[in-house]
Amino acid sequence: MRDRAPALLPLVLDRASVAVAGVPILDRISFTLEAGSRSVVLGANGAGKSVLLRLCHGLLAPTAGTVRWLGPHADDPGRSQAMVFQRPIMLRRSAIANVAYGLKLAGIAKAERLARAHAALARVGLAHLAERPARLLSGGEQQLAALARAWVLEPEVLFLDEPTASLDPAATRAVEAIVGAIHASGTKIVMTTHNLGQARRVADEILFLDRGRLIERAGVDRFFAGPATPEARAFIEGELP
Amino acid sequence: MSTDFFAACAAAFRLIVEADAGLIAIVGLSLIVSVAAVLTATAIALPLGAVVALARFRGRHGAIVLLNALMGLPPVVVGLAVYLLLSRAGPLGAFGLLFTPGAMVFAQAILVVPIIAALARQTIADAWLEYEEQLRSLGAPPRLAVWTLLWDTRFSLLTAVLAGFGRAAAEVGAVMIVGGNIDGVTRVMTTAIALETSKGDLPLALGLGLVLVVLVLAVNAAAYSLKQAAHRRFG
Repeated sequence: MRDRAPALLPLVLDRASVAVAGVPILDRISFTLEAGSRSVVLGANGAGKSVLLRLCHGLLAPTAGTVRWLGPHADDPGRSQAMVFQRPIMLRRSAIANVAYGLKLAGIAKAERLARAHAALARVGLAHLAERPARLLSGGEQQLAALARAWVLEPEVLFLDEPTASLDPAATRAVEAIVGAIHASGTKIVMTTHNLGQARRVADEILFLDRGRLIERAGVDRFFAGPATPEARAFIEGELP
Repeated sequence: MSTDFFAACAAAFRLIVEADAGLIAIVGLSLIVSVAAVLTATAIALPLGAVVALARFRGRHGAIVLLNALMGLPPVVVGLAVYLLLSRAGPLGAFGLLFTPGAMVFAQAILVVPIIAALARQTIADAWLEYEEQLRSLGAPPRLAVWTLLWDTRFSLLTAVLAGFGRAAAEVGAVMIVGGNIDGVTRVMTTAIALETSKGDLPLALGLGLVLVVLVLAVNAAAYSLKQAAHRRFG
């Protein structure tokens, strides 16, 4: 849909570490994220996936190493990226006002804000709930509203932290379909999950995280056909039916 | 004894139903003083609560403990302190405020600031805990983030303000000392009840007591239904 030159990407982590009270959460992570593909960070609970996403998004600073955007507009990285959290945080106002909130921050006039927010809500299938108080929507609807709130910003990069972890299968399918549509509109997707089926459905490439270390990175087909590390193999084989 | 009590109750009802001029004047002054005190206190306490909730500064934990402790400030002590400040030899003596309604507003505002500030701080801190990552992710600058928090918690904050009003309207120690309970000038419900009781004019004391209790009940009912309505409307 939208074809534009990257403003922020690539994102380069160079031996980036995060430690909390001396306990290492992320241990010397180095990688480069390029525009285009859907990168899925896979790993067990406690592997450091959420912390890695927050580090990339700028909500956390590395305690050692560096996190840098190398694109031409890397000096203002906030504007062109968005994040969807595991538990959607809806402001105490209507769904449409929640979606329009980010546009207000971007300095867009009210009429245009509302028009764009309505369009975004329609794209996620929530047009009929626009005027409802967002916090009274169901968990699945709130997550769709959170996706609309991110999508309406037309971010260059969208981070998603286990966006379906607390959703039922129907809502999970809806979220995955919308993530696909956001990607098709030209946004780089970086998503965490511990669900192998979801990783297969959503990913172009897998970054496998184990106890705070990035130990494997491969295209999705190659990763699932034959993981290179024993940790990744054990993780795949440990999947419940 | 018990006939005295019932007779006094009946007389008190009559004063209320007949809208006795003396009673109305006292209730009116009470409302004016306490509303003015609460408005003044709110203007100070909401920003104060927000700063203590959100700013990271040395001594912040001490400030939180102090605010919470000051919620239980004894009114007579506040009255004494304000009396010393406003008395002719005191630092604010030149304004000639002692034994005027202005002095009562001053004293009650001091009593109420910690209540509103402490409750507001808790409300804003809880909301920030929930909103922080989302607002930072959306790129909200600090000033706008604070405004969003205040707007989204406005009903809880209004409840804090009403709690402050309940405290101001019901206290007697501070207004007694700095107002002096002068008939027609600084006599409010609580001081009038204290005086009329010691004089033995039980109907007026009881009538004022009834009005005061109903007022406090009404304020609390308003606070409760406001929160309920807000929860139904906004979640």
